[in-house]
Amino acid sequence: MGTTVENQIKPFTMNFGPQHPAAHGVLRLVLEMDGEIVERADPHIGLLHRGTEKLIEYKTYIQALPYFDRLDYVSPMCMEHTFVLAVEKLLGISAPQRAQYIRVLYAEITRILNHLLNITTFGLDVGAITPSLWGFEEREKLMEFYERVSGARLHANYFRAGGVHQDLPAGLADDIWEYMETFPRFLDDLENLLTENRIFKQRTVDIGVVSADDALAWGFTGPMLRGSNVAWDLRKAQPYDRYDEFEFDVPVGLTGDCYARYLVRMEEMRQSALIVRQALEKLRVTPGPVKVNDRKIAPPPRGEMKRSMEALIHHFKLYTEGYHVPAGETYTATESPKGEFGVYLVADGTNRPYRCKIRPTGFSHLQAMEFMSKGHMLADSVAIIGSMDIVFGEIDR
Amino acid sequence: MAMLDSTARGLFLTELVKGLALTFSYMFKPRVTLNYPFEKGPISPRFRGEHALRRYPNGEERCIACKLCEAVCPALAITIEAEPREDGSRRTTRYDIDMTKCIYCGLCQEACPVDAIVEGPNFEFAAETREELFYNKEKLLANGDRWEAQLAANIAADAPYR
Repeated sequence: MGTTVENQIKPFTMNFGPQHPAAHGVLRLVLEMDGEIVERADPHIGLLHRGTEKLIEYKTYIQALPYFDRLDYVSPMCMEHTFVLAVEKLLGISAPQRAQYIRVLYAEITRILNHLLNITTFGLDVGAITPSLWGFEEREKLMEFYERVSGARLHANYFRAGGVHQDLPAGLADDIWEYMETFPRFLDDLENLLTENRIFKQRTVDIGVVSADDALAWGFTGPMLRGSNVAWDLRKAQPYDRYDEFEFDVPVGLTGDCYARYLVRMEEMRQSALIVRQALEKLRVTPGPVKVNDRKIAPPPRGEMKRSMEALIHHFKLYTEGYHVPAGETYTATESPKGEFGVYLVADGTNRPYRCKIRPTGFSHLQAMEFMSKGHMLADSVAIIGSMDIVFGEIDR
Repeated sequence: MAMLDSTARGLFLTELVKGLALTFSYMFKPRVTLNYPFEKGPISPRFRGEHALRRYPNGEERCIACKLCEAVCPALAITIEAEPREDGSRRTTRYDIDMTKCIYCGLCQEACPVDAIVEGPNFEFAAETREELFYNKEKLLANGDRWEAQLAANIAADAPYR
């Protein structure tokens, strides 16, 4: 009577990150490997937790704004956009037309900034170095536009409840227009390097395939969802800030793999360039104020503050106490470059939010890491992380 | 036909050759990198860099210790103590900024009613120790004296938008 002894081999457990260049920040991925096949992928998060949500409860609405830049630090103004819209909804105001166009303009510049970083570093992850060198040059030019309007290249603190902080300086609109004329040519060059490249395609096609149903079930949004052939875009579905006046297409991918997500982001940049140009055209014929004419919410202009006692009092009240937001709650979401970024804001009538829950985009993408990388090779998990476009500032908050 | 086409493209490495030709053509484009310590990128009048406390042209310090900047600072980086001077005017006896806490949001210069505290054009103030980044009033006023020409020009350039 022969007995067969079966040896169960324990899978090899491996730490991927938090100090791995392809981990896009501080992702710690515990991988259980069967040879080179990923059997289980367990993302450990929280290494960049800064307690933003709790911090905001102790800040006035004006003070809370800079912390939104620091959530998704690759697309700062889009983060501000959501918070500002949430506060405006609770206050029951809407920004002047010109301010809304400026916000659309900068939200789309931000989208280009974000996708440029994502696509080029994604290329870097799968072996293409040149795109990232070129992409950073273009990002530099776009961040110059950031700097000229807000004074900071990244952490802008520019969108405010009831408008934007300052109007565009003279000449900036022309320079953005000029840049957007040449930008599609740069995208052609970038596509020339990646889209048909056999190495890039071997690393991305049929990797991390997500069906439309799975994408919806895992709570995907943004390019991750559109890459799986679901045409869902909050800018179209529930337009905010006059997005309904703009003409643009929502690109979708058919295959739901890393390659489709890359193609979607590429096309979104072209669409964003179109929106930027439309916004500049609209700005040209829309003069006017860039913040609401309500001294309880927006500070008075400098000159008036110097001359009028009442304006000075408003100035002092705003910068010490801030404004009081009537009690209420709202969930406001915008289409950030990564997907749906939402802010659930509860106001209790004081000058500080009672609760500010942030719905990060990357969180729901990262939770699908296990589902997407199971059965793939170790190197493919890098491609999957790259195509997810995760940033830990917003996931860990 | 389509299969023939794709086979030909696969065999002759068309897309790789095209990509290489493109990168090669970039070699003849003008150089975009800056030789940093000697060359610097442009910055706008709105740039928010190192803080400075400004003076009036007659040498009197602008700050009147209204403490608006201290109140609005989201990072609680500013500490101010004040008492009347011998001539009866209200002045700060202590004005500290912890530059390691500061998040460079620009709210202090926005709030300042007399344009005393400003975030200037200097971004090269890296230090080797933490202690060097705890700025006191002397350091801030010295910054103001050093950068005054550019600070005044920046405020004048941005005045129509403020």
